Amino acid sequence: MNYEVVIGLEIHVELATKSKIFCGCTTKFGGEINTHCCPICTSMPGTLPVMNERVVEFAAKAGLAMNCEIANFSKMDRKNYFYPDLPKAYQISQFDLPICKGGYVDIEIEGKTKRIGITRIHMEEDAGKLLHDQWEKGSLVDYNRCGVPLIEIVSEPDMRSPEEARAYAEKVRLILQYTGVSDCKMQEGSLRADVNLSLRPIGQKKFGTRTEMKNLNSFRAILRAAESEIQRQSRVLDEGGVITQETRRWDDDEGKSYAMRNKEEAHDYRYFPEPDLVPIELTDETINKYRESLPELSHERVKRYIHKLGIPEYDASLITASVKTADFFDDTVNSGADPKTASNWIMGNLMRLMKEVNTEDIPFGGEMLHELIGLIEKGAISNNIAKTVFAEMFRTGKTPLEIVKEKGLEVVSDAGELGQIVDKIISANSKSVEDYLGGKQKAIGFLMGQVMKETKGKANPPMVNKLLRDKLELLK
Amino acid sequence: MKISFETVEYVAGLARLNLSEKEKEMMVVSMSGILEYMDKLNSLDTEGVKPLEHVEPMSNVFRKDVVAESFDRDSILANAPDKEEGAFRVPKIVE
Ligand SMILES: [Zn+2]
Repeated sequence: MNYEVVIGLEIHVELATKSKIFCGCTTKFGGEINTHCCPICTSMPGTLPVMNERVVEFAAKAGLAMNCEIANFSKMDRKNYFYPDLPKAYQISQFDLPICKGGYVDIEIEGKTKRIGITRIHMEEDAGKLLHDQWEKGSLVDYNRCGVPLIEIVSEPDMRSPEEARAYAEKVRLILQYTGVSDCKMQEGSLRADVNLSLRPIGQKKFGTRTEMKNLNSFRAILRAAESEIQRQSRVLDEGGVITQETRRWDDDEGKSYAMRNKEEAHDYRYFPEPDLVPIELTDETINKYRESLPELSHERVKRYIHKLGIPEYDASLITASVKTADFFDDTVNSGADPKTASNWIMGNLMRLMKEVNTEDIPFGGEMLHELIGLIEKGAISNNIAKTVFAEMFRTGKTPLEIVKEKGLEVVSDAGELGQIVDKIISANSKSVEDYLGGKQKAIGFLMGQVMKETKGKANPPMVNKLLRDKLELLK
Repeated sequence: MKISFETVEYVAGLARLNLSEKEKEMMVVSMSGILEYMDKLNSLDTEGVKPLEHVEPMSNVFRKDVVAESFDRDSILANAPDKEEGAFRVPKIVE
């Protein structure tokens, strides 16, 4: 039977604050276990949390960037459950009065724009980390992540395929990165998604029973988990079975999901208002201030790149696919580089290098690329050498001039020096010389290549060309 | 509203409380009393009364996003019933 897929996503994102949500401990990733902890984030009796004002600001800005209504009045609640990664035995979260409600995000799918509704965005604290497996007799717990601020973005069940779910997650990440409220580093688990999925016979209005797959930490995992769950549910339904509402754990290595235990209790969190924290009231004035301070988002930059800077739409959309490359492009152009030249460098060389080492960080600023382009334009280095220099800049973070000096990569434009090399190549390649003299114009290309090889690409190409032709002319 | 014995057992389970049969019976009585009082409150006409979201008449108590020094690990772990290599140790957790 054919089913329609219905998917909703809950995305948890770590906010880019310096300190935790309720205490001053650092949010820095890594660090020796249990060294980013204090009595508040390890829930010692008698401690009291105090809300980090930046968390409120970032959550509201995320909501504004996703077209949400920002609440004038919101409050924190306790979500109760027992798990050793949660030392209080409750998570401070938001229940009935979240900070943001009712927004949307537009995604591009198969060349069309589709609007995905956002139900709500709320603030909460992250839990600690269980270090499984190492110990036979127990689990070890690290509370460094405990109390790191998160927002949870809950979508409407508006997605109809795994591809849409993936596109939505990617779009949310892009918006958050542009807004500056999160760096969304997937490797560090700072963006995780829960996928809610159900099937219904095509044409049926009522939703089928859904399952929830927790903690997917890559776009690929979201896609694969959704695909696998569609297959599993179709099989159950085709065989006349019923779907049980349950939480499943996705195993990315095996490409399979498993029902989790304790499912009957999983959703009974007995929320109640957090008495240790007072409500949050945001005036319209404050909300407007946040709105005005929102940076330019990706679709706005695409427009500016096309209309103000005159670069092709293809370039603009590729460069803005990451805020890091977009910022780098802006820096390069702002320091004086030609936009199209800059975008060619970014799309060709920079993106390849970033992909090779699987990073999103660029170790130098756009002004460095401008400097490099300047060296090519001055004729100080050739285009090919510039590529080598760029790769070296990417590896070491050194300036183009430093690298050129250090490695002696300046173009050789000395007629005497180049003349000697040309003579050497002519006498060593009599076959090609004969071919050329016999009328085969192409043979000069080979000789050019030999000179470039001899000079390790540093010879000034127009000059070599001229020298070669002049000297060959004399042999006629 | 009277609370059932089963509900007491369920709630005790959620709270990880081991109640004896006698304690459960007692809980049925006392929790039913609390809920009956709630029923009484519910019978009042609260039309037009704003819900009380928080008992403190305050809002917006914030701290700045400034990093403060964390505690050293030994003092964080000082009261842990069990520890190993800088971590708290808890009974094995199986998902
Ligand atoms: Zn702390």
